[in-house]
Amino acid sequence: MKAMLNKLARQPWIFSFAAALAVWLITIAHTGGQGAGAILTAALSFATFTIIVGLGQMMVITTGPGNVDLSIPATITLSGVVAMKVMDEDTGRLVIGVVAALGAASLVGVFNYALIRLLRIPPIIATLSSSFLILSTAISYGRGIRIKPPEPLAEFATARLVGIPVMSLAVLAISLMIGLVLARTLYGRSVLAVGQNSNAAWLAGLDVGRTRFVTYVLSALMAGVCGVLLSGFSRGAALNMGEEFLLASIATVVIGGTSVAGGRANVPGIWGAALFMYLLVTMLNTFGASAGVRLVLTGLMIIAVIVAAGGEEQR
Amino acid sequence: MWPTSSILLTTPRRWSRASENLTPDTIRLDGVEKSFGAVQALAGVDLVVAAGECLGLVGHNGAGKSTLMHVLSGNLSPSAGTIAVGGQTYERGWNAAVTQSQGVRCVFQELSLCPNLTVAENARIVHAALKGVGWKDRAARLIRDKLDEIFPGHGIDAADEIANLAIGKRQMAEIARAFTVTEGALRLVILDEPTSSLDAVTARQLLAYIRKETARGTSIILISHLLGEILSASDRIVVMKDGRKVADRLAAEFTRNSLVAAMGSEAREHRRGAVRKAAGDVLVSVQPEPDGGAPLEARRGEVIGLTGLAGHGQTRMLLRIFEGRGAEVKAASAFIAGDRQSDGVFNLWSIGRNITVRSLRALRGGGLIDLAAEARLSEVWKEKMAIRTTDTANNILTLSGGNQQKALFARALASDAAIILMDDPMRGVDIGTKQEVYAMIRAEAEKGRTFIWYTTEIEELTHCDRAYVFRNGPIVATLSALELTEEKVLEASFAEHAA
Repeated sequence: MKAMLNKLARQPWIFSFAAALAVWLITIAHTGGQGAGAILTAALSFATFTIIVGLGQMMVITTGPGNVDLSIPATITLSGVVAMKVMDEDTGRLVIGVVAALGAASLVGVFNYALIRLLRIPPIIATLSSSFLILSTAISYGRGIRIKPPEPLAEFATARLVGIPVMSLAVLAISLMIGLVLARTLYGRSVLAVGQNSNAAWLAGLDVGRTRFVTYVLSALMAGVCGVLLSGFSRGAALNMGEEFLLASIATVVIGGTSVAGGRANVPGIWGAALFMYLLVTMLNTFGASAGVRLVLTGLMIIAVIVAAGGEEQR
Repeated sequence: MWPTSSILLTTPRRWSRASENLTPDTIRLDGVEKSFGAVQALAGVDLVVAAGECLGLVGHNGAGKSTLMHVLSGNLSPSAGTIAVGGQTYERGWNAAVTQSQGVRCVFQELSLCPNLTVAENARIVHAALKGVGWKDRAARLIRDKLDEIFPGHGIDAADEIANLAIGKRQMAEIARAFTVTEGALRLVILDEPTSSLDAVTARQLLAYIRKETARGTSIILISHLLGEILSASDRIVVMKDGRKVADRLAAEFTRNSLVAAMGSEAREHRRGAVRKAAGDVLVSVQPEPDGGAPLEARRGEVIGLTGLAGHGQTRMLLRIFEGRGAEVKAASAFIAGDRQSDGVFNLWSIGRNITVRSLRALRGGGLIDLAAEARLSEVWKEKMAIRTTDTANNILTLSGGNQQKALFARALASDAAIILMDDPMRGVDIGTKQEVYAMIRAEAEKGRTFIWYTTEIEELTHCDRAYVFRNGPIVATLSALELTEEKVLEASFAEHAA
């Protein structure tokens, strides 16, 4: 039992879950136990979106130092706008709308990697500049109109099964799949190997270029999924709908115990971190903190959790 | 608290009679122990180095040599025991700052220069005295003079960035840096496998310099797996085994065989028999580049050596074959890196995963990697290569350098590759392991595998069927097994271009 606890304490993701739990307990202590379940349900719903993009970002960051996808917010918006426009409130066009949105998102991934590989632009600049192009495209394509999602999509995004959002179950399935990919597939092992030492990975016969390409497309695709679900959830796409996911996607990866230097990914940590981030905001709202105080405290708490988790081993 | 460094630096002699057994120029270890978890790397080592002495240190991989040196250099603090230097005895508080101020320097097997800085800037790192306007010029002069002194004709510019230097030149820069002096005396230099990346000529230059430096009163600890080198350069030789000192005698009292016996393995003389059975079909053929030279060819079952001075195009040739760029390659190839840290090891992974990474395709069943088959494969090769570990699930960095290298051999040999490319892979591998690996190479070649082997140790060419000598890029000579002698190789390495 003690050995098991010790082993558990050494898992890098345990801190994010512990932090989430602590924040939740403080909140319900403050409310006197009121709404404890409702807060958890809401946290699961909202955290789901962060988890989806966090998983994509995690894969990108794991492919090695310097790799990061800053185009996630723009891709979310583009995918949401494309989905709403193509579906045009018509349930019959639901599938084609999803396909179009995910297709557009994948193209963003291809475009990002082309900038990185062919033009040799560092990922941080490449994805940042491409996000301006993507956002402009979304703005001109979705100009001014506000279209509601078809009913089944909105229902799926908000449905619950014994208090648990159905969407979060779907994302759980995606998470398990990514965990399996990392541990048991050639692509997953390649991501981890390339992230540790791309030179050694190449000499070990792995395809470094293809691994990174697939990863950037995967990240964009996850952002696309997030965009479609989010426009179903919040009853329409908006041009700023992706905004908050820039910090959120990176923070969940870091808090969740994934190595920023690459080579080590952590799927459970993404869940703990996303729940923590949402519950933190909820707690501060419950305390009646103003927007400014909320931002400052959020920043401080994120730093505190990263420090508590030990961060990277310093050498 | 310990005395501040400046006192020790400015008045080294004052301490000479402070303790009756110590002279300030002696370093003395008493009962030094070091354990990592359950593994005891050093089990009570006593060691004394006299002023102006070259002490040779030998032992198998994992015998504790490198750990001992990391303790001496202050990178690791001992679990027990004392270290005395300059009349001062340390039980704790022995760290890198102290060793630096006491004039103890170390050249490690894993090179420690900053790759993004120039040679001169790296020299500045260990010399705080180089400051103020014009420090760069002074640092450049300091390192250039030392390089000229140790390695005449080295061809290194102080403004070269380390990352752009071949590994041999990086090693030369690091060695030269260890011998530079600005303020404070140089007391002891530890050289951990200094010649492993050097070619025969620069290795000789270094050994000659060691004589010169010890005559000035500096002590040197020389760690090497090349026993000839140890026997000729050392005044005294210490043999380590399983974290203990098992022999400590004057070098003149050892012979090659008695030294190997003290280390605990047999000396086996080997000569690759004359011409072997007719070789198989051609697997690799590389035509010379437009600037001339001879073509390269490797047949199934052949062991091909690449030689010449270090960094003259051998690694580039291996990479050409690996990529199939300008080379006709008819089978899959696997690469064994000599520069473990930058080209070989995956630091975050277990020994097992490091071994199987080249074989993942073959380990798939229905798209997923078969974990049981993976574990079996790494277990089989752990046994075959005799990798010293209790569990292949341990992290790769728990292994000593030589055992990490064995894991890289296992990675290539466990794969389905018919062509094995080796980039000077025996750096830092002890003689017992080398014999095992040579035997493995012979056995695999008999089974039809082709080895293309770049080596900086001319002795190893005796295992080859044919060797190509490189100079400034192209192949300048092709030597058959019968012609393979050190003289021939050196002659071809240095022959002047026909004017």
